[in-house]
Amino acid sequence: MAKTKVLERKPLSFAEKTFLPQIVSGLKTTFGTMLSKGVTLQYPEERPVIPDNYRGVPTLVRDPNGREKCVSCQLCEFVCPPKAIRIIPGEIDADAEPDRAHVEKAPKEFDINMLRCIYCGLCQEVCPEEAIFLQDIFSLSGYSREEMINDKEKLYELGGTLPDKHFKWDKKKAAEQAGNAHH
Amino acid sequence: MEILEASLPYLMPVVYAVAMISVFMGLCSYSVLAERKVSSWIQGRVGPNRTRVPLIGHIPILGNLMTGLGLFQPVADGLKFLFKEEIVPGHVNKAYYYLAPIVALAPALTTMVVLPFGRYVDADGITQPLVLANVDVGMLIILGISSLGVYGIVLAGWASNSKYPFLGGVRASAQMISYELAMGLAILPVFLWSAAPGSEYGMNLFGVVQSQQSAWLIIWQPLSALIFLVALFAETNRLPFDMAESETDLVGGFHTEYGCFKFGLFFVAEYAHVIMGSSIFVLLFLGGWNFLPWLADPWGAGLFGTLLSVGWFMAKVFFMIFFFIWMRWTLPRFRYDQVMSLGWKILLPLAVGNLVFNTILIALYDTFTR
Amino acid sequence: MKIESIVENITINIDGQDVDVPKGINIIEAVKMAGKGKEVPHYCYHPKLSIAGNCRMCMVEMGMPMRDRTTGEAILEEDGSPKIGWMPKPTIGCATNASPGMHIRTHSDMVKESRNGVTEFLLINHPLDCPICDQAGECRLQEFSAEHGRGYSRFIEDKNVKPKRTRLGPRVTLDDERCILCSRCVRFSKEIANDDVLGFVDRGTYSTLTCYPGKELAHNYSLNTVDICPVGALTSTDFRFKMRVWFLKRTHSICTESSIGANTEIWSREGKIYRITPRRNDEVNDTWMTDSGRDLFKPIESEDRLTHYTIEGVHTTCDEAAASVVKLIQAGDVALVGSAHSSVEEQFFYKQIADRSGAKVSLVSHQGEGDGLLLSEDRSPNLRGALVTGLITDLPEASLETLACEINSGAVKTIFAVNEDLTELGISKEALAKVNVIYVGTHANATSEVASVVLPSLSVFEKDGTFINQSFRLQRFKAAVPGPRGIEPDYTVLEKIAAPLSQEKPASLTIDLVWERMAPKISQFDDSFRWRSLPDDGVALNASAFLDLDFVETKNLKYDPAAFKEAHAAPVEA
Repeated sequence: MAKTKVLERKPLSFAEKTFLPQIVSGLKTTFGTMLSKGVTLQYPEERPVIPDNYRGVPTLVRDPNGREKCVSCQLCEFVCPPKAIRIIPGEIDADAEPDRAHVEKAPKEFDINMLRCIYCGLCQEVCPEEAIFLQDIFSLSGYSREEMINDKEKLYELGGTLPDKHFKWDKKKAAEQAGNAHH
Repeated sequence: MEILEASLPYLMPVVYAVAMISVFMGLCSYSVLAERKVSSWIQGRVGPNRTRVPLIGHIPILGNLMTGLGLFQPVADGLKFLFKEEIVPGHVNKAYYYLAPIVALAPALTTMVVLPFGRYVDADGITQPLVLANVDVGMLIILGISSLGVYGIVLAGWASNSKYPFLGGVRASAQMISYELAMGLAILPVFLWSAAPGSEYGMNLFGVVQSQQSAWLIIWQPLSALIFLVALFAETNRLPFDMAESETDLVGGFHTEYGCFKFGLFFVAEYAHVIMGSSIFVLLFLGGWNFLPWLADPWGAGLFGTLLSVGWFMAKVFFMIFFFIWMRWTLPRFRYDQVMSLGWKILLPLAVGNLVFNTILIALYDTFTR
Repeated sequence: MKIESIVENITINIDGQDVDVPKGINIIEAVKMAGKGKEVPHYCYHPKLSIAGNCRMCMVEMGMPMRDRTTGEAILEEDGSPKIGWMPKPTIGCATNASPGMHIRTHSDMVKESRNGVTEFLLINHPLDCPICDQAGECRLQEFSAEHGRGYSRFIEDKNVKPKRTRLGPRVTLDDERCILCSRCVRFSKEIANDDVLGFVDRGTYSTLTCYPGKELAHNYSLNTVDICPVGALTSTDFRFKMRVWFLKRTHSICTESSIGANTEIWSREGKIYRITPRRNDEVNDTWMTDSGRDLFKPIESEDRLTHYTIEGVHTTCDEAAASVVKLIQAGDVALVGSAHSSVEEQFFYKQIADRSGAKVSLVSHQGEGDGLLLSEDRSPNLRGALVTGLITDLPEASLETLACEINSGAVKTIFAVNEDLTELGISKEALAKVNVIYVGTHANATSEVASVVLPSLSVFEKDGTFINQSFRLQRFKAAVPGPRGIEPDYTVLEKIAAPLSQEKPASLTIDLVWERMAPKISQFDDSFRWRSLPDDGVALNASAFLDLDFVETKNLKYDPAAFKEAHAAPVEA
């Protein structure tokens, strides 16, 4: 049993009992804040600074060569907690895109339902190809439900190009051409 | 022509009255803007800064400045109130429901009549007040009529026929009664001194202002000023005494059931009372249009001097309005029982004591100086 | 009599625990039998194929109790337990048979290290394709790499490059880089499919799987190589890049291609079927099935699917359609053309309808060439069901000429056709025009076009039920995907027809209620049989009542008519 110590409250002085000095100091405080700079941003004209690790709207990115990075492994679709991502995988047409044929697989359709997305960033974390990123887009709106479903084209438009220099698939192709083949 | 000249004495007061009401209503709407702007500054916000009137708003630098200060906002606010759909709840007592906003606003406008707002020097070199009706019982009229404003609130609360407005109305009337006493008692010493034996000023409001040419009354009657100020806050239903509205516990208080222009009238009435209260406080305690304590008025005798005196008076009023707003965001709202005990247990005895003390003082002064 | 009971059991010791296993079983199976989720990882070993022992993944430590060479007495440890002489190096589990007293360690340091080494070697030239590889999620290499691998690569040289998209046959595409040379596919083609088309060429790390020159992997069992491929090397051209396997729901089903009744798994997602794979049942199909059987799901989404109950071509409700069928049947002179594609439950209801209406029942046989493996001559899944439920007592004919005569003579006024296109069975369209046709089926055809009442039914992928296969094995299938909107299960529709025929009120049925009603009425069924509690690998029924019938099936993988007759003629009571 802890010993309880009763602290006596200091009796109020006469000035304190009138509350007038307190009111005056309160007035000082409010006057001070009135002169200090406001924190409001004039939103549409002024935009907040978005930190690098901000988790905004998920987007698909292209590599510096302008090719799509996503190979539709569907891990993001699998990991997505609210099931916002929907991918229909497809095969890359070797005749139509010979320089990308060695990647073999790319999404035919890639939809992210932004009405479902909870911006958790698991898709970015799980992506083995570093193709999906939650970038700095924070204001997304639309007039209809359909509009809020970002399709592949929109996702690439929002995502842009990722200036990384991995070139995993280029290396793969180089190996295929100059590499270790027996024949 | 003769008819015009003959009717001039009757016509001129009407013209003056209309002019004064116009100015006064303009002040009301801009004090609404001031409230919004000052509130946002105190809270670190920006406040209304988007409304732009077509032509004036597009003057290169000035237009942007005025827009940024929200100077066109009252126009938008007023138009919004005018064009909103008139919604009258089905359960209200219609006649009183419509009457209430008018009753709330009318007293504030009426008291203006006896309010001196400047001075001029007439042809005979005698300083005269700028006032619609220069009567000796001015203060009495103001006290009497402005208290009627509470009927608007009570009426609104009762006519709305619903719980929250009713509670708001009841609170407002109780509060009004409680503080009216302290208020009246607080200013008695002021008039006792100004109408003391041997004094040349009398009970006239103009006289009270003139008596403050050397020392403002706030300096040698600080207790009266404090009691009057607190009671003024309570009378105008301003924070920390806005028990009648009290959004946190009564939704909107007496005007919960009101919308559109009728609500707008209540809104304007509140600010009309604030302006009236500020003006009276300035007249009674802050020296009216007198320049500074113990400094002779620099206003000349001409028209320019008259305008300067009016301007100085208005500046003081504006400061008081600002003070009302400033106080609003500094103090939290009282609990209702605190309001009552402050009024009855502290302010009223204090005011009585103050009156007795001053009476004795005047009696001693009268006895020993003559 | 079960075969296991003949085999002598021996006791071996696995990780310090004595386990009884059949004599001659190999270590991989013995460890599996020991239970507790214990497993010896392996790639090349497959229970239904010969043992190659070339992947070296199933390394275990083995030891035998030591005996004194001179006296033959067991050498004991100090505490009295027998001293174990451990082999100095690990041995492969697949090619090591259990012998009495054998000691096995599956988790010792040496075993772990050898698995780790094997995994590292296998991964040296394996591409990092997992994101695009269809095997991901069911890949043994992926699983064992996670479990036994080191987690990072020490290989800094260039990986081998091999062809990525080789067409091995019409249904199989090969990614040579992913191949780990386990030779399961080679052995399967040779031993099971009897079509020796696959082999390895080149040496060392350049070894490559190819078809023999001039041949291709085109036999009807080629997709089984895809199933048994432990990695993503052999891929189904049809399923390639369609859907990741972890999204797919597996539903146990039965193949309807022939009377084999191969056990299958339907892989579906959100009402769409993506593939069908075999399910192991050692009594029916081992772990195989035909390629042709895997395509059977494709017609369920076709355009000519019947999706509405119709009366004279006008859409109506199920109740009204059933009522109009009842009216037609009650008018008399009904002929019922049943189907060996219907489930046992449906045939039970058709039998009821036939009994209550006095309809004459005929059934049509569908026959084709058998391949002696998993495609039998009888191309209907449930002919035995029609016999067991009593819908027919004799084997069906190939056509309906007698029925055609009866139509022409006016003896038949209403034909109740189930799933059969009568115009292809000897009844002309002109003849059909003379009678009222009630058609029950999944797809539109010439008969459904002239039918007065069309009752759309569900395909085997969309309903619950049972089939009885060639060896009178009662096998259960479950609904994998929902049927077309508004289509009720056949047995509820048939109840709405059968009940009014005997002045009863139709009950609302579930598959369990159907079985409660049906099980006691069929002599071959045990009264306690319930659909829900049937074992996954089916129940062998007593076939003695039907041995005189001359079934068309010849010897195939698990069925030999002569041996079957012999075994069932004089049932031995156990």
